[in-house]
Amino acid sequence: MADWPILSLLIWVPILGAVIVLAFGRDETVARWLTLCIALATLALSLPLYFLYQPGLTATFAGVAAPVTMQFVESHEWIRALKVYYALGADGIAVALIVLTTFTSVLVVIGSWASIDKRVSQYMAAMLALEGMLIGVFAATDALLFYIFFEAMLIPMFIIIGIWGGPRRVYATLKFFIYTFLGSIFMLVGLIYLHMKTGEFSLAAFAQAGLSTSEQAWLFFAFLIAFAIKVPMWPVHTWLPDAHVEAPTGGSVILAAIMLKVGGYGFIRFSLPITPDASYEYAWVVIAMSLVAVVYIGYVALVQEDMKKLIAYSSIAHMAFVTLGIFVALALTRDFANPDAARLGVQGAMVQMISHGFVSGAMFSCIGVLYDRMHSRMIRDYGGVANVMPWYAAFFVLFAMANCGLPGTSGFVGEFMVIVAIFQSNFWIAAIAAFTLIIGAAYTLWLVKRVIFGAVTNEQVAALKDLDGREWVVLGAFAIAVLAVGIYPKPLTDLMEPSVLQLVNALMTAKA
Amino acid sequence: MTPFNTADLLVILPELVLLGATCAILLVDLFLKPGQRDVTHWLSIGALALTAFFVWRGAPEMGQGVYAFGGMFVHDNIAVVLKLFVLLICALTFVYGRHYLRERQLLIGEFYLLILFATIGMLLLVSAGSLITAYLGLELLALSSYALVALNRDSSISAEAAIKYFVLGALASGLLLYGMSMVYGATGTLDLARIQASTGFIEHPNLLALGLVFIVVGVAFKLGAAPFHMWLPDVYQGAPTAVTVFIGSAPKLAAFGMAYRLLESGLGGLSEHWTIMLSFLAVLSLAVGNLFAIAQTNLKRMLAYSTISHVGFLLLGFVGATPAGYAAAMFYAISYALTAAVAFGIIALLARAGFEAEEIDDFKGLNQRNPWYAGIVAITMFSLAGVPPLFGFFAKLLVLKTAVDAGFLWLAIVAIVFAIIGLLYYLRVVKVMYFDAPVHDAKLELPPDLPLRWTLSLNGLSLLILGVAWGPLFDWCNRALGL
Repeated sequence: MADWPILSLLIWVPILGAVIVLAFGRDETVARWLTLCIALATLALSLPLYFLYQPGLTATFAGVAAPVTMQFVESHEWIRALKVYYALGADGIAVALIVLTTFTSVLVVIGSWASIDKRVSQYMAAMLALEGMLIGVFAATDALLFYIFFEAMLIPMFIIIGIWGGPRRVYATLKFFIYTFLGSIFMLVGLIYLHMKTGEFSLAAFAQAGLSTSEQAWLFFAFLIAFAIKVPMWPVHTWLPDAHVEAPTGGSVILAAIMLKVGGYGFIRFSLPITPDASYEYAWVVIAMSLVAVVYIGYVALVQEDMKKLIAYSSIAHMAFVTLGIFVALALTRDFANPDAARLGVQGAMVQMISHGFVSGAMFSCIGVLYDRMHSRMIRDYGGVANVMPWYAAFFVLFAMANCGLPGTSGFVGEFMVIVAIFQSNFWIAAIAAFTLIIGAAYTLWLVKRVIFGAVTNEQVAALKDLDGREWVVLGAFAIAVLAVGIYPKPLTDLMEPSVLQLVNALMTAKA
Repeated sequence: MTPFNTADLLVILPELVLLGATCAILLVDLFLKPGQRDVTHWLSIGALALTAFFVWRGAPEMGQGVYAFGGMFVHDNIAVVLKLFVLLICALTFVYGRHYLRERQLLIGEFYLLILFATIGMLLLVSAGSLITAYLGLELLALSSYALVALNRDSSISAEAAIKYFVLGALASGLLLYGMSMVYGATGTLDLARIQASTGFIEHPNLLALGLVFIVVGVAFKLGAAPFHMWLPDVYQGAPTAVTVFIGSAPKLAAFGMAYRLLESGLGGLSEHWTIMLSFLAVLSLAVGNLFAIAQTNLKRMLAYSTISHVGFLLLGFVGATPAGYAAAMFYAISYALTAAVAFGIIALLARAGFEAEEIDDFKGLNQRNPWYAGIVAITMFSLAGVPPLFGFFAKLLVLKTAVDAGFLWLAIVAIVFAIIGLLYYLRVVKVMYFDAPVHDAKLELPPDLPLRWTLSLNGLSLLILGVAWGPLFDWCNRALGL
């Protein structure tokens, strides 16, 4: 099946599946099973992507063997006059993110099985459409196609938060939509400008555009606004806590586990290859923003009274490691001529993205489990949950440990790689970044203490029931993923290695 | 004076067919009882279809034009594209308006005839080869429109809107005519091609420039660009919804055609002047349209302000004064006309006897009462806001690209800033439909008019389909401009 258009199938099976669910899902049970089947089919389709991807593939051009990182390539002319192509391809980085997407989507469908009880078919259809568009973002190698998926995925998320969200859902979803739209539309002008320079929209052509230093600077900031809002980085993070708190559990999981990754992926796909010199020059801006996020947002997380908000802030702090890893690589390549450390930084950022996908998805699912029973997310309403829900408590503590970055869990691997990489460039930056391990442990463990441990605080908690089968499946799958990446990350790093290497090599020399 | 040539009649065959058919319908309608108005309805649609057939049959080769009556009438592919879409959208107007008007006892022959006459005006306008033809076409369109707005003569709001429209429209026509007279004075000809050729060799270039200013004002008025937009909100709101469907859609195509003929075909030599003027009009329209739309509670009025902002976008296509830019602007006009037709069509669909469904709050909880049409409205709103992958996004992309290519990067940035502001009020409509609880729990009763429901649904879905497959239409626009 190597010559199947796997990426196209991965995009269109869920999107067309959404239409089918809308059309035939009048009965709630039918809608749920139909969605599960489609999500499982998509997951099954994404596995060949992982197994058939050849990290070591090389091709010989003019006698020189060059690595071929973009595989599963599809390219069809879409608009001839503008040279817009329906062009897809996946390198190791994209493959990892696509599998993360299909994996999480299945769990989200299972997790929302009973907790969504009104307009089920619309919810499930929105989830499937969102899944397809997210895969589209990771697979697009044409900038316009990327942008279309990047923007279009706001629509289902807008609907998901707005219809099935909490009391302030309308405010949160409007803020989410307008904030992210605001960011990305500046990128659109950047893309139009690049099209004027190169005459096409292909990312490969953009990277060869021969831009002057000032052009690169403008474009860099256009991309920065778009992706910084998506990640989100301090100080443009304020939409995230609102969106997370008000979103239904499934929406929160997708948002934290996958949508935020689009920002980090954008830096890797757009900022670094297209504007390397400006990225190098202004890396300090991004690094400074990330450090503020690590420390300040960490403290903000500490004082939260709402569990979801706490995890939302912790997401921002963890995603700051992604941007740190990516941008510290620039200094490492150019100032220190240390490509190995740079590679470690970008690799670490990527592992951190995948790991954060699992950990934050699991944490939000855990909170969802409690919320379904008590309809409260306030920490003060809980206490001593371990006494009545021992299995749940075991999972919760595992994911909390992963959130702190305990060795053996996936949370440790990425953060450790990034910190080691930063140490090669600047001790103080590394020291501040490492601070996260302390603050992270503080807010996570304190959350665990207040919610899980101690004596049972009230009767409602005493009446709680432990996990049911579906919740077991969801949390169990996340737990396996968290431990697998934590104990043996080599398959993941091997998958991404050549792609990261190619990126870092391209950064070594100035373009303008 | 060029001698009369019977071959010229072949060139204007579509217009002749439509004129003949209109006169025939006028006579037939006289003998119909009020209950038999469907005959007029189908005859009118048939007349439009027949005209479209002849337009298509007579289309010249791409990039070439056929001239008739000594150059007064041009039939080139720009005209062909615009005419076909004008005819299509007028037919949509008939379909969308019938049920609405019938419930209000307003389904009279005049509705059809005035629109048919306006259509003849639009066909003339987009084929104008001289200032006289342009003016004739414009007035035929305008006079029919004034009367259409006052179709419901018992409604004081409609009458007020019609009077405002008439007075301001007459003023604009006067200004346009004044500008034309100056252009004539400076160049000594009314023929657009000869005006173009003589620019640069004339004695009084300032007179020509002054004439240009008045012509730009006239064009801006007809397009509804700020600060000449005053008539637009009142007319859109005051006219019966069935008439708003018409006024809000097809005339934008004709206005684009007029702007192209007068500014490019006629005064293209002065493009360095009018690109500056249009860029300011664009900024102002974007600002006024988007900012005022936020405050509206009436959907028709909100869409009127949104029209003004869309005109701002359309004008971006002109700032480069390049064929690629005109193609983008034409694409934008087509996209806007198709989208506006759905938007107003939905209002007409949801209205019942004694209930207008034109307040934004009337759409509360529409998703629970009828998910299908809520979806269509959502597609329309996202398309107007320019969210991919819908039709409106690609139209915006193309005009923004024109502005960037022409060196107006600042204008593109201003435009997107206002696009973000515009997002706010389009999202509000989606918000009330999807997130608010319905005022009435009753299931929505839809009119039994099946052609209306099917056409409207198809029209709405076309925004999605053309968002994916916009290539052929864009190619067509490009080839029409000889690219």
